[in-house]
Amino acid sequence: MKLPPVSDMSVSMFIDKRLERIYSKVLKGSRLSKEDGICIYETHDLIGLGQIANHVRRSLHGNKAFYIYNQHLNYTNICKNRCRFCAYARDRKEKGAYAWSIEEIEKRLLERIDEPVNELHIVGGLNEDLNFEYFIDLLKTVKRIRPGATIKAFTSVEIDYLSNLAGVSLEETIQSLKNAGLEMMPGGGAEVLNSRIHEELFPRKINHERWLEIVRAVHKAGIKTNATLLYGHIETIEERVDHLITLRELQDETDGFSAFIPLAFHSGNTKLSHIPPTTAMDDLKNVAAARLMLDNFDHIKAYWVMIGEKLAQVALSFGADDLDGTIIEEKITHMAGATSAKGLTKDQMEDMITKAGFEPVERDSFYHPMN
Amino acid sequence: MDKLNSIIEKVKENQRIDVNEGLALFRQADFLTLARLANHKRFYYHPDKIVTYVVDRNINYTNICASGCRFCAFFEPPNQDHDRAKGYIISKQDLFDKIQETVGLGGTQILLQGGMHPDLKIEYYIDLLTYIKENFDIHIHGFSPPEIDFITKKSSLSISETISILKKAGLASIPGGGAEILCDDIRQKVSPNKCSSSEWLEVMRQAHLQGMRSSATMMFGHLEKDFHIFEHMDKIRTLQDETRGFTAFIPWTFQPDNTKIAVKKKTSVEYLRVLAMSRLFLDNIDNIQASWVTQGDKIAQTALFFGANDMGSTMIEENVVASAGVDFMLSKEELTRLITRAGFEPRQRDCYYHLL
Repeated sequence: MKLPPVSDMSVSMFIDKRLERIYSKVLKGSRLSKEDGICIYETHDLIGLGQIANHVRRSLHGNKAFYIYNQHLNYTNICKNRCRFCAYARDRKEKGAYAWSIEEIEKRLLERIDEPVNELHIVGGLNEDLNFEYFIDLLKTVKRIRPGATIKAFTSVEIDYLSNLAGVSLEETIQSLKNAGLEMMPGGGAEVLNSRIHEELFPRKINHERWLEIVRAVHKAGIKTNATLLYGHIETIEERVDHLITLRELQDETDGFSAFIPLAFHSGNTKLSHIPPTTAMDDLKNVAAARLMLDNFDHIKAYWVMIGEKLAQVALSFGADDLDGTIIEEKITHMAGATSAKGLTKDQMEDMITKAGFEPVERDSFYHPMN
Repeated sequence: MDKLNSIIEKVKENQRIDVNEGLALFRQADFLTLARLANHKRFYYHPDKIVTYVVDRNINYTNICASGCRFCAFFEPPNQDHDRAKGYIISKQDLFDKIQETVGLGGTQILLQGGMHPDLKIEYYIDLLTYIKENFDIHIHGFSPPEIDFITKKSSLSISETISILKKAGLASIPGGGAEILCDDIRQKVSPNKCSSSEWLEVMRQAHLQGMRSSATMMFGHLEKDFHIFEHMDKIRTLQDETRGFTAFIPWTFQPDNTKIAVKKKTSVEYLRVLAMSRLFLDNIDNIQASWVTQGDKIAQTALFFGANDMGSTMIEENVVASAGVDFMLSKEELTRLITRAGFEPRQRDCYYHLL
């Protein structure tokens, strides 16, 4: 469905005249270039930009805004990578380090068994105490207790690690996990697909070539994934745009990405704590840039945990069509000083969406509406 | 739809819209359409990419208040055992220290407000102002209309006399607080003991006639309906046509925690829609202020694209909204960073919106 252009194309639609060129490209359905991407990030005409992104968002999804009833399981915070931007990871002997046994996972699932959870979001650190069997067990346990919910688990970073742990090929690793219940993968661990940033911030984590290789293999195995960008640290505008273009190219090839989620960096309790938080301008521009550059992605999420509930609601008019989940027990961003709630109820989610002028649609992991 | 388009045309041509047109625009226009119109108007009034802020401190001289408004989480009722209760009247030493600290931080004014304390008469206020002026060369922005109305009645004066006396003692300008919603049916429900809407407006009229400037506020998101918001703004606009005394308009949302009004808090999108409408409707008020105290830093920054051209105060101290469970703090550095990141030049201003 294509909507007609915003009816009122008067001069005052754009304060920054450079946006007129981008708007006319969008109306023609032409792909935006790297220069367009840079212009999107550079402009101070936030409302002009919002109108273009909103046009695309409404062409794709009309008045609908999605959310999911989900549960997060962060099975361990012990991680050998110790990325400089992370406030969540611990060394094995460090205070606060934990790893959940299968029994503990079971307990956490049963604690909320009366809730209509549709998706389990499962990610954790690279913990050398856990063997490959643990992960197979983990997936099977979740599937046994929550047969109706989708398992969305493990970033590419974990998949790479698990493949080494299992001592088998990437393809075989993915197949084993899939057989045990893995149905979808989140988009984390990409950070910024760039060697300079990799070297400076997360040298021990897989590099961006490997990240892409793994996602390609996962998509080939018929598993959908999300994609992310961690912004607001040391990355440049050009590096952000390159990241989006890289994802767009891979999506052309595999069509395996479901949603893109811009992740606002929180510096609290990290080695980069001197970096101030992202502002609304950064957050909204990243949502709009994603919606406009990623013309082959269906969904753009406004992740309320990172940008706050209030701005996530506004972001629905700047290109986002999905508010992610109810969550309840978010840990990773809150360890880095996030001040958002740790969970939202279904009513709160629907209220936010309705009052933003959109129609709330509770979805499953694959964007089918729940009834 | 044709009706809506004709209202939009009027707005774009800088023609005045009436209450019904405002209401129709508010209810029907798309979120970003309101933003675009408000943003356009903001640059029409203020072509320079400047966003102003003031460095000041809220000083609440007492929290004891006979008004007992249902939306308030700050006040202590009078006649309590004050050792047990948390009621206070500020001491001269505390007052001195707070102002001294404000001056030290580059502050240019103090916002002096307090409860309607039944034991305090005009002499107390004269003494308070005189003491400040004797010790400091600082702008006193103080006593919202309900306080002035209360002092007037308490001391058997006329509004005009009260203002004249306070002015002589050092009062320079009046904050627009206590307006809430200037419709008596709503005031009866949320703040029955506070001055009526016509009394509120009369205080402002008299102050303006004596050459004092004031701001105007609106607290929404409690028991009002949409049309009350426009009635409120219409009353402000009408008085402004007469006096030209209002410097700025500051809409903000009711914070329901710890109060006696059980409603859902207004969302950020609802706040931004009202903010944009205030820029479009109040065609005779220069400055529209974003409320970071109630909205937080992110929505306050976003508000700069929805009609606001002022970030309000760095507020070295804020107690009233904080009592209702909202606790956003912004340093001057953070406030100016938000403004800069949004593509504007931050400029400190005085109470009259003159750049410093």
